[in-house]
Amino acid sequence: MKIVVLVKQVPDSGAERNLRAEDNTVDRASANNVINEMDEYALEEALRIQEAHGGSTVTVLTMGPERATESIRKALSMGPDGAVHVLDDALSGTDALGTSKVLAAALKRLEPDLVLCGAESTDARGQVLPHMLAERLGVAALTGARKLTVDGSQLTIERQTEEGYEVVTAATPAIVSVWDTINEPRYPSFKGIMAAKKKPVETLTLADLGVSADEAGWAGALTTVASHAKRPPRSAGVKVTDDGEGGTKLVEFLVSEKFV
Amino acid sequence: MASVARLLPTPEAHDLLELTEELAEKELAPKVDDYEARGEFPREIIRTLGRSGLMGLPYPEEYGGSAQPYEVYLQVLEILAARWVAVAEAISVHTLACYPLAYHGSQEQQRRWLPDMLGGELLGAYCLSEPAGGSDAANLTTRAVKDRERYFINGTKAWITHAGVADFYNVFCRTGGPGPKGISCLLAPDHTAGLHVQNRERTMGLKASPVAQIAFDDAVVDADRLIGQEGEGFRIAMGALDAGRLGIAACAVGLAQGALNYATIYARERTQFGKPIIDFQGLGFMLADAATQISAARALTLHAARLRDAGKPYSIEAAKAKLFASDMAMRVTTDMVQVLGGAGYVADHPVERYFREAKVLQIVEGTNQIQRLVISRALAKDE
Ligand SMILES: Cc1cc2nc3c(=O)[nH]c(=O)nc-3n(C[C@H](O)[C@H](O)[C@H](O)COP(=O)(O)OP(=O)(O)OC[C@H]3O[C@@H](n4cnc5c(N)ncnc54)[C@H](O)[C@@H]3O)c2cc1C
Repeated sequence: MKIVVLVKQVPDSGAERNLRAEDNTVDRASANNVINEMDEYALEEALRIQEAHGGSTVTVLTMGPERATESIRKALSMGPDGAVHVLDDALSGTDALGTSKVLAAALKRLEPDLVLCGAESTDARGQVLPHMLAERLGVAALTGARKLTVDGSQLTIERQTEEGYEVVTAATPAIVSVWDTINEPRYPSFKGIMAAKKKPVETLTLADLGVSADEAGWAGALTTVASHAKRPPRSAGVKVTDDGEGGTKLVEFLVSEKFV
Repeated sequence: MASVARLLPTPEAHDLLELTEELAEKELAPKVDDYEARGEFPREIIRTLGRSGLMGLPYPEEYGGSAQPYEVYLQVLEILAARWVAVAEAISVHTLACYPLAYHGSQEQQRRWLPDMLGGELLGAYCLSEPAGGSDAANLTTRAVKDRERYFINGTKAWITHAGVADFYNVFCRTGGPGPKGISCLLAPDHTAGLHVQNRERTMGLKASPVAQIAFDDAVVDADRLIGQEGEGFRIAMGALDAGRLGIAACAVGLAQGALNYATIYARERTQFGKPIIDFQGLGFMLADAATQISAARALTLHAARLRDAGKPYSIEAAKAKLFASDMAMRVTTDMVQVLGGAGYVADHPVERYFREAKVLQIVEGTNQIQRLVISRALAKDE
């Protein structure tokens, strides 16, 4: 089975993140950039499938600036066979729709049986990309998996929902997005880090993919962030003193905040 | 530990230390308090470190090791020890337990057992001390008698780290006459019939690390598990300890660094008489002395390691490093408890744990009196 894992480099969600004043895009230059956490779970799942099914290959696909090579090497140190990096100055400002266009073009070249990705990225949290890609590629989208079983060309997931889970099946080729409940990603090994330095990373430009520059980047973006403001600092909480009416006051508070 | 300036020989050593930092941060730091409080051995965590390649660092690549110089391996131990000494010590003891086979085993023995031992899934133990003799190891009394193709071991080993959780045991026992020349080394698997792990010792520190006596009651070990020749056991044991002492020294450096890091942050935040206590010279100088002592111990330890890596005699320098670093760790952790005042004396802060843990490093792998003995004997002989 040929597996491609989508890996995005994002600003570390554990540290302070900012949007840039000039164009309202994520400030990646000053951030500590890491692999999108959910993508590590997708990669782990791919490696487990590879270990269980002989003859499989795992390729990492990343769209991002030059800096993203650090995250590609990090991903490769976990064990996949190689990576493809879509790298082009014209990609700056690309929105979700444009990203799906570019990644779909790359995936058409790679012809995977299975595409794995995180259910969302911690910077945008849109959860739309797997669906957009499935639509563009004409393949099934099995999204939000907390469990994935592969039986030949038959894929079965447990889709995590607020109430429980749904069982969804499809045949390959398909795209599966996963939540962090699906597995526990491995750490890289020292040998894996050494091996990663020698693994092939193919760099592709928009021209290589047959996508014209005005379909991506600022030129192709259908959505833009018009403005942004910092989240206001947390205000002091409401203190309820129980003078016999404590319960009622608590319920009133919960109702006023629409918690109940 | 970001503030520690390190000289590393290769870019790959840099990558290895970065990986170690990540493992220490994510796997050790959040779990140490819980495991130490419950006295549970973190077998799964050790396995995770093993899968990342940390259980065979200084051994050859052809048997699954990573061929790292001691200079690098010791800095890995140091980073781990700053978070959790029991885990760093586990790796140090395991590395010690691989030494006899890696340096004195036949090629056939190495091919059969070494890859699994270095691969990260298995854990080793080293059985030299006995109830009647720790320092005087040359007079050990556990006896092994050969009957055709098997040895039958009888006797008791004491203070065995990883007793009951190890997968293999190096057992030093008497196969010949009295003294060091009558001792041999046998590599016994954990399922050896007649090998009985006794009650766990109730230790002052390193509570997550199991230590117990092991009784050998006609324990049967195949004769092809003799490492080296009969009578070479003591020499093998001492060679392993030379290297092992460097591991203990690195644990001491890391432990003291961990204590200093914690106490420094505390001293910057805690105010008395209207200012941070670190601004009182009496206290700031205590921290400065600790930082200096740690740097000195690290330099001495890495110097001994670099001698070893260069193939030069290093056992006296290793003895000095173990002696100096563990005495330093005891002093520094005592002072770091002082820096925290009352808070230093309670389990809510890790410095009381560091303090309890430092003590054992002055005792294991040759007490510090024995290290002084080794050093002074060399001085007496020196031309
Ligand atoms: C937590 C822990 C883990 C251990 N793990 C292991 C292990 O995995 N494997 C193993 O084989 N052993 C292990 N040991 C044993 C350890 O190596 C011994 O405790 C140590 O060598 C001292 O031996 P002893 O306890 O018999 O003390 P003794 O030898 O009885 O020494 C008592 C005191 O006398 C001093 N002394 C002895 N001889 C001299 C001398 N010639 N000159 C001056 N002073 C002297 C000693 O320094 C010490 O202060 C462990 C011990 C501990 C506490």
